[in-house]
Amino acid sequence: MSLLRVEGLTVALPPGGDRPHAVEDVSFHLDAGEILCVVGESGSGKSISANAVMGLLPKGLPVRQGSIAFEGRELLSLAPEAMRKLRGERLAMIFQEPMTALNPLMRVGDQIAEVLRVHGSGTDAARRVPELLAAVNLPDPAVIARSHPFRLSGGQRQRVMIAMALALEPALLIADEPTTALDVTTQMQILRLIREIQSRRGMGVLFITHDFGVVAEIADRVAVMQRGRIVEQGPAAEVLNRPQHSYTQALIAAVPHGAAQARAAITTAPVLELRGVEKTYRRGGFFGARAVVRAVHDADISLRQGETLGLVGESGSGKSTLARCVVRLVEPERGTIAYHGTDLRPLSRAGWKPYRRRIQMVFQDPYASLNPRRTVGDTIAEGPVTHGTPRAQALERARELLRLVQLDPGAMDRYPHEFSGGQRQRIGIARALAMEPELLIADEPVSALDVSVQAQVLALLAEIRARLGLTMLFITHDLRVAAQICDRVAVMQRGAIVEQGPTAEVFARPQHAYTRQLLDSIPGRGWTPPEL
Amino acid sequence: MRDFWRRFRRNKGAVVGLVILLLVVLVAATAPWLFPGSPWEMAGAPFAPPGEMGMLLGTDSLGRDVAAGIAHGARISLLVGAVSTAAALLVGVTLGAFAGYLGGIADDAVMRFTEFFQTIPSFVLAILLVAIFTPTITSVVGAIAVVSWPPVARVVRAEFLSLRGREFVQAAEVLGKSRLAIVLTDILPNALSPIVVLSSLMVASAILLESALSFLGLGDPNLMTWGFLIGSGRSVIRLAWWMSVFPGVAIFLTVLALNLVGEGLSDALNPRLARQRGGAA
Repeated sequence: MSLLRVEGLTVALPPGGDRPHAVEDVSFHLDAGEILCVVGESGSGKSISANAVMGLLPKGLPVRQGSIAFEGRELLSLAPEAMRKLRGERLAMIFQEPMTALNPLMRVGDQIAEVLRVHGSGTDAARRVPELLAAVNLPDPAVIARSHPFRLSGGQRQRVMIAMALALEPALLIADEPTTALDVTTQMQILRLIREIQSRRGMGVLFITHDFGVVAEIADRVAVMQRGRIVEQGPAAEVLNRPQHSYTQALIAAVPHGAAQARAAITTAPVLELRGVEKTYRRGGFFGARAVVRAVHDADISLRQGETLGLVGESGSGKSTLARCVVRLVEPERGTIAYHGTDLRPLSRAGWKPYRRRIQMVFQDPYASLNPRRTVGDTIAEGPVTHGTPRAQALERARELLRLVQLDPGAMDRYPHEFSGGQRQRIGIARALAMEPELLIADEPVSALDVSVQAQVLALLAEIRARLGLTMLFITHDLRVAAQICDRVAVMQRGAIVEQGPTAEVFARPQHAYTRQLLDSIPGRGWTPPEL
Repeated sequence: MRDFWRRFRRNKGAVVGLVILLLVVLVAATAPWLFPGSPWEMAGAPFAPPGEMGMLLGTDSLGRDVAAGIAHGARISLLVGAVSTAAALLVGVTLGAFAGYLGGIADDAVMRFTEFFQTIPSFVLAILLVAIFTPTITSVVGAIAVVSWPPVARVVRAEFLSLRGREFVQAAEVLGKSRLAIVLTDILPNALSPIVVLSSLMVASAILLESALSFLGLGDPNLMTWGFLIGSGRSVIRLAWWMSVFPGVAIFLTVLALNLVGEGLSDALNPRLARQRGGAA
């Protein structure tokens, strides 16, 4: 008998959605001691399936038909009290966002103890809590137990969440994108932790993810979801290396393959040179200690004409701050930012204006980087108009640019909310290109996008770069993406560049320990996506 | 726009409020035709109860028509409400935008200045200002504007603070737009919904303030207002209740209508919040 058996599950969407059912006729099973990965892009219904198992569906999403049997008991017909008892004790869940999943006002030890207490085993909480914290490899469990969540890093919080989920030794653990919000090195640690605990306790794990690298790292079996249906399922090795369904094949083909090709060295004149740029944030000081964060220091880079330099690093490494220094969204205290030999740093706002045409930026979040109250056409045209191009001409050019970024010119009069994330990112790229820049700074332009959309946007960027001869500073936390698009990479850690060199060189022979650690943490590095 | 109207209509109270408000505006607009001549003139015997001697809402101690007073008073009340709100918005939005966009020392300076106004009870300050500058319609409007801009400045500052860090504002910065253009075309349009909601409530409180000032005899002596009507009926309330009650009802309905409309606007402009509230109901 399987631990969990879902048969023909169909969950309705509220009327007026893009499809009648959130998930439709979904069947899968999970045995004890097994990790089943449910993979799919956003909106594919993978989280809905998990929430249905936990009985956590919102009222607007009723289960239309199907059955969910857990240890032989039907969950869908269970009374709420019985379900509550089961949740936490036999079924546990960890969520995507560790920053918001913990109560900020409660010490983490108390939160774990609460889980025990609710299920009637609060008496030995004092003994169990440090044990659990130790089990998830947190250093110094006694101190952590007395900390409030804000004292902990994202990875530590996710470990606390896992400790809470494990408190009552559940038979089934549902992990909904538990590592998506984490840095790669932390992600790898959490994946190893889940794997280790799972094998030690023989739990069944339902692991939801959008990342095939993570699947390759952790899954025993895989179920691929598309628009509410499972299109393919089978053993991990089978699905990853011999995908049958066209959608799975498309998804796997879109995974950045991480292999860096050797490229011809570029020896053109330098476009941008950063020397001794420093940015330090200070805060506090009125009461208590003054916090000083050296966001950027020792980060000299030089970019040659037509070259793409990747700036890679984890969150907080200062890579975005460095990029923002170049376009003066952040003003560094020290150093020179030489653009064709002219130092941009001391320039006034007016003095900067001519350079705005030459240096443009593509932003990370396609949902936040477009003014929601302005039409797409106006958004793209406003840069040139600001610099004195007649409006009619700028709009005509915007129409051409939409075609260049593979959008319908009919999009001109529509507002950003009518577009998907990938389309919006194309609009953001068109806005930057409207200025006909020489240097394009791309700040994590694909990290908020689904993998297939990510592949399209990367291909678009590569094509535009080749066609227009752009020089590009490409910021990313994803080394696979960097390997695919960059000529050279610079690895940042705590505000400093610890290693830089040609991409193939750095990937093949990393010199710095941190670079090696980053490369080791790439999920699914042991798996080479098949040529399809 | 059609979408906006659909969301507005979902709030039944707001629709009722809008109807009342339109009626008040209609009465104010047609007052010279409904009640020709000055509302100060005698129209019948003094202290005529409502419905008698052809006086719909009765007459006051000098035989003036209360209904005419209310209709003509509506013009003044709405005028004072609209103009003082417009003036307060001008000051509040400018200062709030300045503080929120620039941040740092400018922000501190403007906010301390705003707090200076907020620490003085607004009604006392309004009385003081009107008393100093002699009661005319201009000084009343000015005094109301002076006491009601600080909340606007605070709301606008908060909106600007959160909006100026958004990526689309940074993108505008990178495009090389001037600060003024960024504030006017990128940030302000996105901060508009709370301003619209707040201003509908400000009109209501301005009408209340004006009525209170007139009640205390600090209104413009040449203009018939609702507050004046209540004030003059106050001493004879046992003899002629209608003199105070009907203008009071007019104030009540208008202020209520404005508040309802304000809530409806807030629902229509923040559809996500409205849906949550609707889901709970």
